[in-house]
Amino acid sequence: MTPPRGKGRPPGAPRNIGWLYVLPALLVYAAFLVWPVIRGVWFSLYEWDGLGTGTWAGLSNYARVATDASLRGAFGHALVLVVFYAVIPCLLAFVLVAAVSRTRVRGLAFFRTVLFLPQVIAMVAVAVAWQWMYSPDGPVNGFLRLLHTLGLPDWSRGWLGDFDLALPAVGLVGTWVEVGLAMVLFLAGVQKIPRELYEAARIDGAGPVAEFRAVTLPGLRRELGVALTLTSVAALRNFDLVYVTTKGGPGEATKVPAYEVYHRTFETGEVGLACAIGVTLAALVFALTAGISRLAEGRRGAA
Amino acid sequence: MQTPVGRRTLLGTAVLGAAALAAAACAPGGGGDRPAARTPASVSTDVAKAGNVTLTVWDQEVQGGQRRQIEKLNAAFQTKYPNVRINRVARSFTDLQKTLRLALSGGNPPDVVQANQGYAAMGQFVKAGMLLSLKPYDQVYGWTKRYPKGLTDLNSVTPDGRSIGSGDLYGLSLNGEIVGVYYNKDKLAEIGVQPPKTWDEFEQALATAKSRGEQPLAFGNLEKLPGIQLYGVVQDQLTGKDKVRDLVFGRGGAWTDGPNVQAAQKLADWARQGYLNKDANAVKWDDTPVDFARGRGVFMIGGTWWAADLHDRMKDRVGFMAPPPRQAGAPPTTMGGESLPFSITAKSRHPDVAAAYINFITSPEAMDVSVETGNLPVLKPPTRQPAEPVMKDIAAAWDALSRGDGITPYLDYATPTFGDAFGGPLQELVAGRTTADRAMQAAQKDYTTFLKK
Repeated sequence: MTPPRGKGRPPGAPRNIGWLYVLPALLVYAAFLVWPVIRGVWFSLYEWDGLGTGTWAGLSNYARVATDASLRGAFGHALVLVVFYAVIPCLLAFVLVAAVSRTRVRGLAFFRTVLFLPQVIAMVAVAVAWQWMYSPDGPVNGFLRLLHTLGLPDWSRGWLGDFDLALPAVGLVGTWVEVGLAMVLFLAGVQKIPRELYEAARIDGAGPVAEFRAVTLPGLRRELGVALTLTSVAALRNFDLVYVTTKGGPGEATKVPAYEVYHRTFETGEVGLACAIGVTLAALVFALTAGISRLAEGRRGAA
Repeated sequence: MQTPVGRRTLLGTAVLGAAALAAAACAPGGGGDRPAARTPASVSTDVAKAGNVTLTVWDQEVQGGQRRQIEKLNAAFQTKYPNVRINRVARSFTDLQKTLRLALSGGNPPDVVQANQGYAAMGQFVKAGMLLSLKPYDQVYGWTKRYPKGLTDLNSVTPDGRSIGSGDLYGLSLNGEIVGVYYNKDKLAEIGVQPPKTWDEFEQALATAKSRGEQPLAFGNLEKLPGIQLYGVVQDQLTGKDKVRDLVFGRGGAWTDGPNVQAAQKLADWARQGYLNKDANAVKWDDTPVDFARGRGVFMIGGTWWAADLHDRMKDRVGFMAPPPRQAGAPPTTMGGESLPFSITAKSRHPDVAAAYINFITSPEAMDVSVETGNLPVLKPPTRQPAEPVMKDIAAAWDALSRGDGITPYLDYATPTFGDAFGGPLQELVAGRTTADRAMQAAQKDYTTFLKK
């Protein structure tokens, strides 16, 4: 429904003076967001070391992002992290919320606080703590060695230095951080689902699974959209965790695009390429979040 | 696309695109002028006549002994020349790396900066015309006579920033650093081994340590750089200093040459035989000396930058030596260099005062200050001797290496991306996931790509 666009303005429609009111905010937005984006796109078309005069490179930086095995690997790792940061936390949060919505849990506020706590801690502090947890003599390995003495195989290892397990290890830190966010969002959502729906479902003989699918999940669609968006963005822009724990290693096992942007800009002097990575990452974030919101809304339309 | 909103978004995108294209008309970073060359005759060495000057100096000497050293030197300079005020801006090494690029390309850079050696820092700064050639000042102050050639080479680069080791001098360093072998004296006595005199004896000692249930080498390689340094020490013994220098400075040779592959094979063997700790790739570099001091490691191959820390933890139980040469009594060879050089920026308004300052902090008296504050001076100090046992070992090793011209450059000077391009494969090598041949091929690939550019 678009309003008719005639000469006479319908009552209540915005007047041009509205622009004046938003001008200060727009100026700040333009100076600190729009302009840097334009500059970033502009730099990405040059081969530039950040110091001298850049030379026009056309789209060759983007071609490198698409063809360079190490950079493609970095984007691949980012997508793996989306699973650990977004998909697994949301699934875990659903299980927790489903349990909570069926029974009365004592000390719910306490558990909610504990699970949400990682969200409040600065990511760098989280990273330092987990680096210690995963270190060869850290608590994780201590626990695994304890299991070993009880007769299980020895699973202890240097987690962050293991080529196959470093990325999942970093990802699990993300899961630990994001599950609280998803759960708090879902808990808030569940509280607005009318109790009668659950009662009706139970009268109809629905078990826990059917009840979850028919009542809880449809009621949480919006919250799911929000949670997936926030956590996926956190996964894709992950820099601090990798910077502190692994610096992209071992080898290139935990390289992610955001870390590469930093590395190429400040350590190897490939500013043009770094900008191309940044722009590509921004496009990826945009596409993914657009996809998620379309998914969340699309299902609502079908319901 | 079916609503006006869609059309508006399109329009917005088009406007943004047009703006970007308009901006693209000029290249980023344009307008950098090369500094005019100075003649020795126009250089004034009389700082007192310069009037009131504020000299802004960016350094990264923030750790204990180094901080005391530079503070003492700055105070002495200001006492000697009351008309000069030094505005010292101290940053950690990593912070300096990040901010220096922006500061140098800005309109009002500091007068004196510590610009790291290598292509990714000094090479690029010189290419962009941001540092002043010290050649005319050298002719006045005679710095290249004060320093051995190997050390001034490290701080020299050609104007295109492509060739380290030739071209003009762009900076001077205060302290020396070498990678050598630390050993735990108690542990050596326990396994009944004397400090090795030859490379074979060293490897024999590693084997003995292993057979006695000790950890032969303390090694943490999370950051990739330690692996490159360990490789470099082995390579120095197998390949020889001249070939290593030629290779690093791009003057000939290949990383896939026989001895270079053998050095990688040696690392792989050490890892397989359990001479390196099992989870080396998961151990932080900073934690290595801590583990070593706790007795987890009979030997540790590491830089002199750990000495003060190790002395605090182990006192006279720790010893240091240059990597033992293959033949007994031959001059030792190892990787090393000098601390970050002090350079003058091209836009400095007081280049003569800056040059006098650099001359002052690298003078013989300054080398005494270096020893007093617990550092390894880059040049032999005229009067002072270190008091701590391990510092005495280090001073002796540095002296032997300087006399025998045995210092080879750090391998990561080879290309700006070498830290990852070679450090990554080396991590795979010690994890047993790749072969020596393939690791060296990866290094060679990065090397040829850089040389072709």
